[in-house]
Amino acid sequence: MTSMQQLYLLVPMAPLAGALVAGLAGRVVGRAGAHWVTIIGVTISFLASVVVFLDVMNGNVFNGSVYTWLTSGATRFEIGFLIDRLSVLMMVVVTFVSLMVHIYTIGYMADDPGYQRFFSYISLFTFSMLMLVMSNNFVQLFFGWEAVGVVSYLLIGFWYTRPTAIYANLKAFLVNRVGDFGFLLGIGLVLAHFGTLDYASVFSHAPGMAQTTIEIFPGSPWLLISVICICLFIGAMGKSAQFPLHVWLPDSMEGPTPISALIHAATMVTAGIFMVSRMSPLFELSEAALSFVLVIGGITAFFMALIAVVQYDIKRVIAYSTLSQLGYMTVALGASAYSVGMFHLMTHAFFKAVLFLGAGSVIIALHHEQDMRKMGGLRKYMPITYFTMLIGALANAGLPPFAGFFSKDSIIEAVHLSHTPGAGFAHLMVLMGVFVGGLYSFRLIFYAFHGKERFGAHARDHGHDSHAAAHDEHGHSHAPHETPAVVTVPLILLAIPSIAAGWFIGTILYGGYFGSAIYISPAHEGLAEMAKEFHGVIGMMLHAVTTLPFWFALSGAVTAWYLYIVNPELPGVLRQKFSFVVNILMEKYGFDRFNDWFFAGGVRAIGGGLWKFGDVTIIDGFMVNGSARLVGWISGLVRLAQSGYIYHYAFTMIIGVFVLLTLWFGQV
Amino acid sequence: MNSTPWLSLTIWIPILFGMFVLMFSDRNAPLVRRISLVGALIGLAVSLPLYAGFNAQTSAMQFVELTPWIPRFNIRYNLGVDGISVLFILLNSFITVLVVLAGWESIQKRVAQYMAAFLIMSGLLNGVFAAMDAMLFYVFFEATLIPMYLVIGVWGGPNRVYTAVKFFLYTLLGSLLMLVAFLYLYDKSGGSFSILDWHKLPLAMTPQILLFVAFFLAFAVKVPMWPVHTWLPDAHVEAPTGGSGVLAAILLKLGAYGFIRFSLPILPDASHALSGFMITLSLIAVVYIGLVAIAQTDMKKLIAYSSIAHMGFVTLGFFIFNAYGVEGALIQMVSHGFVSAAMFLCVGVMYDRMHSRNIADYGGVVNTMPKFAALMMLFALANSGLPATSGFVGEFMVIMGALKHNFWIGFLAATTLIFGAAYTLWMYKRVIFGAVANDHVAKLKDIGAREFLVLIALALAVLGMGLYPQPFTEVMHTSVNGLLQHLAVSKL
Repeated sequence: MTSMQQLYLLVPMAPLAGALVAGLAGRVVGRAGAHWVTIIGVTISFLASVVVFLDVMNGNVFNGSVYTWLTSGATRFEIGFLIDRLSVLMMVVVTFVSLMVHIYTIGYMADDPGYQRFFSYISLFTFSMLMLVMSNNFVQLFFGWEAVGVVSYLLIGFWYTRPTAIYANLKAFLVNRVGDFGFLLGIGLVLAHFGTLDYASVFSHAPGMAQTTIEIFPGSPWLLISVICICLFIGAMGKSAQFPLHVWLPDSMEGPTPISALIHAATMVTAGIFMVSRMSPLFELSEAALSFVLVIGGITAFFMALIAVVQYDIKRVIAYSTLSQLGYMTVALGASAYSVGMFHLMTHAFFKAVLFLGAGSVIIALHHEQDMRKMGGLRKYMPITYFTMLIGALANAGLPPFAGFFSKDSIIEAVHLSHTPGAGFAHLMVLMGVFVGGLYSFRLIFYAFHGKERFGAHARDHGHDSHAAAHDEHGHSHAPHETPAVVTVPLILLAIPSIAAGWFIGTILYGGYFGSAIYISPAHEGLAEMAKEFHGVIGMMLHAVTTLPFWFALSGAVTAWYLYIVNPELPGVLRQKFSFVVNILMEKYGFDRFNDWFFAGGVRAIGGGLWKFGDVTIIDGFMVNGSARLVGWISGLVRLAQSGYIYHYAFTMIIGVFVLLTLWFGQV
Repeated sequence: MNSTPWLSLTIWIPILFGMFVLMFSDRNAPLVRRISLVGALIGLAVSLPLYAGFNAQTSAMQFVELTPWIPRFNIRYNLGVDGISVLFILLNSFITVLVVLAGWESIQKRVAQYMAAFLIMSGLLNGVFAAMDAMLFYVFFEATLIPMYLVIGVWGGPNRVYTAVKFFLYTLLGSLLMLVAFLYLYDKSGGSFSILDWHKLPLAMTPQILLFVAFFLAFAVKVPMWPVHTWLPDAHVEAPTGGSGVLAAILLKLGAYGFIRFSLPILPDASHALSGFMITLSLIAVVYIGLVAIAQTDMKKLIAYSSIAHMGFVTLGFFIFNAYGVEGALIQMVSHGFVSAAMFLCVGVMYDRMHSRNIADYGGVVNTMPKFAALMMLFALANSGLPATSGFVGEFMVIMGALKHNFWIGFLAATTLIFGAAYTLWMYKRVIFGAVANDHVAKLKDIGAREFLVLIALALAVLGMGLYPQPFTEVMHTSVNGLLQHLAVSKL
């Protein structure tokens, strides 16, 4: 093993070691021990990732196995790494955001009795996510995929005594499992038809399989690649919370805020985006799958953004905004602009982490108040939080020169240039989404940080995020104040790339950064056209001023300013006037209600019915106990013959002898 | 012949220890427990050479022992293992140690008889997996019923007598037809009870079908397959914890083992002809039973139903006739041994403290038993088939094999991803998570050193097998390939 290969191994193993120490020996190492050991683990992982990143930039790509997990038939299932420009970008982003969140957690979870457990979980998450992105095969991808799901399950239910939290985590796991169901079918089809689960071999054989059809339903041949890609994408819809499997993400806000930032915004939920980018050699062969991706992404991008506009819970606003942004990334994938999707994934990881961690900072300052109606005017008290969140909001709204502008604008342009069926619809969706994005981002900023100070005596009776240790009454009568350095420093460190990450657009999108890691079919050359139009960062910003998205985003922000600063009475009036629409949005289009009734209720009813009717009545009641009764009945009849009277027996014997004789002689 | 008869040792050492402890009364209970533990540990120790000395390059029987037993009928004491059976002897010897430990405190009356029953059963079960003579197999197969019947009937719950009789009759009726089938094969093969001889015996289609039906009735009841499964939930509910553990971990494997040792190789054409039937029943087990499990209110019943669903993967894997399926099924059998035993032991841990199996009586156990909750979380995840646990490997391979065979079979099998997680984690949520539900839960004490040892041993097995299943498949590889090649050749 070369030293570089040892370094690859070090990247996931360092956080794993930290997680094991903090988790298994939490009591021995204590609170400080737990955060030190995990932070050191993640720091090592981050530094190693950076070294690997630089190495990969020098052209060193690695694809090799670590050990053979299993051999079956002629197939070897390996655990191995594929270190190329795609995975290394994810490695750096994941470890960086994770490191920030680790540090932030020291402040956020300071009073929590589950301190060590929390650090153990987030380090375990980092390990799982790294295994996912570094994989060179589908099995390990699925391993990481499920492992991040489990850690997410454990973290959403971190405060396990709260009914809402343990409802939300079960829901998240099960909805994700629906996606995984499709994902596993996709993997199975790959194995069945390609005979291997190794990325490199599958991708190299894919073009030859482009015309292969299978008959899922007899008589209707479908393109194998389309079926595989749609199955795989269903997995992505679960993990990356795309309509209609998005329902778990808003509820996941029951978890502590640091993990909302790390798992449910910056990293885990983007696993689906990463996966589809990784699978670009397959998706590029299927126009049908790309159309499907476009439509799903478009729906998610616009309709989820709308819900964010009516939410009052600060975390939920950001959660719905995350859903919408994930929709944007998905649209980019559908438009064959994988690198643009990955670019947005990266910028979004930074600015969304800022927004979530900023929201967390506000939540601590207000003693676990999450309702924006009880905030307002906070910018005086929490300037660092305010400015960093403002940067996050500007980036989220897609205004130049912030990072989100470059990635979002490129997505809109890419989908505009795409000829894949469904691109027109998706373009409309993302374009309208820009206005809504500006609106909800600035609604949040104005609601929480500007206007009247609405916090105060009641600050605590609506605490969604209050946990056992937060029951100290300290600081109640005082004004809120800026949070400690462990909270603000990560905010600042994340705010910097939220501004600057976008400026690398030239390198990442048009400089051929991804190289051979992403494959784009010659038929989908939208990105190449964009490259021709691209004249540097400044040029792109100047050009944007003449295009619709910029004005849409700006007018969204201005609308928010008018509604929440200039005329704060108006939103209430509008809510009443359009109560029908508002209700639909508050009900989240009724998905939760329907799923609870139809799926959860339906499955329970069917299960109960099969049990009571099938097992208890038919099998046990009729067949098993029925045969017992039948035997009892027959023996009852037979018992009649055993009367005990000698003449009965003698008479029967005579008849018997007579019958036998008749038969015997009759035969002869 | 080998220098040391390891297989005989794995059979007779536990049985002799079992006989020996029967001489003691309850006054000597502490001594009985220690002797039993020693017996179980020696039993485990003598099974290890089977793995260490196993030659994975051949599909022939190894560690063969052969002595005439009843010469008049050419019945022989013939033992041997191949890559298919060797793992089950190891698994059984391992589980026996844990079961002895699990009954350490909870069994206070008739301790010697209890321990003896498990030790003798352990030896008999090893006999089943090692027997290469059909009559010897039959004797061991039937004899295992007796200790389990007693375990349920004596140490069981309130409804134990009905259940014990139901268990006994259900399984006995099935196996009588198997005896008839054996006699037919004995006759056809010109007076041989050697299973390997029968593998080579040419048979016409009609007798193959009839024999298949006879074997099916014997083995399907044991697995158990839908619709002859209803004895299992009852048996589990009434059985003491150790009984449930062995029942789920090992006894159910006898049926599956029977299919792969008898039905498939002796009746390849009937197996192919009836594979649709077998696959259908297996899928019903996965989907129907998975749904039924969701509706359960009794923890043991829920895990019993989940057991049936998981065993559905075993029979499914066998009858899709590819390497993924068969190896996946065997892996699933071993993994299910770990996971189901662990789940039942977990319920036992709670039952010992609360004397209730009712999900509704629990809630918030994590607050008072955090160590236990963490371990049970692992087992619950393994039961839901999570990667990196043993529960994933078998299911994954069988689903892969099924998809290769037919998309819809794989589709239905893969629904376990949803149902398995739903019933397991929903139960976990209601029992373990939440605020402390009542005073009884508030008074719970976390697991002690002995319980911790038992559960951690299983946890390591579950994780080890999930992270690195290669040592398990390596052993069975050649034998499974041999079997598949054998199956591909018609006997008509």
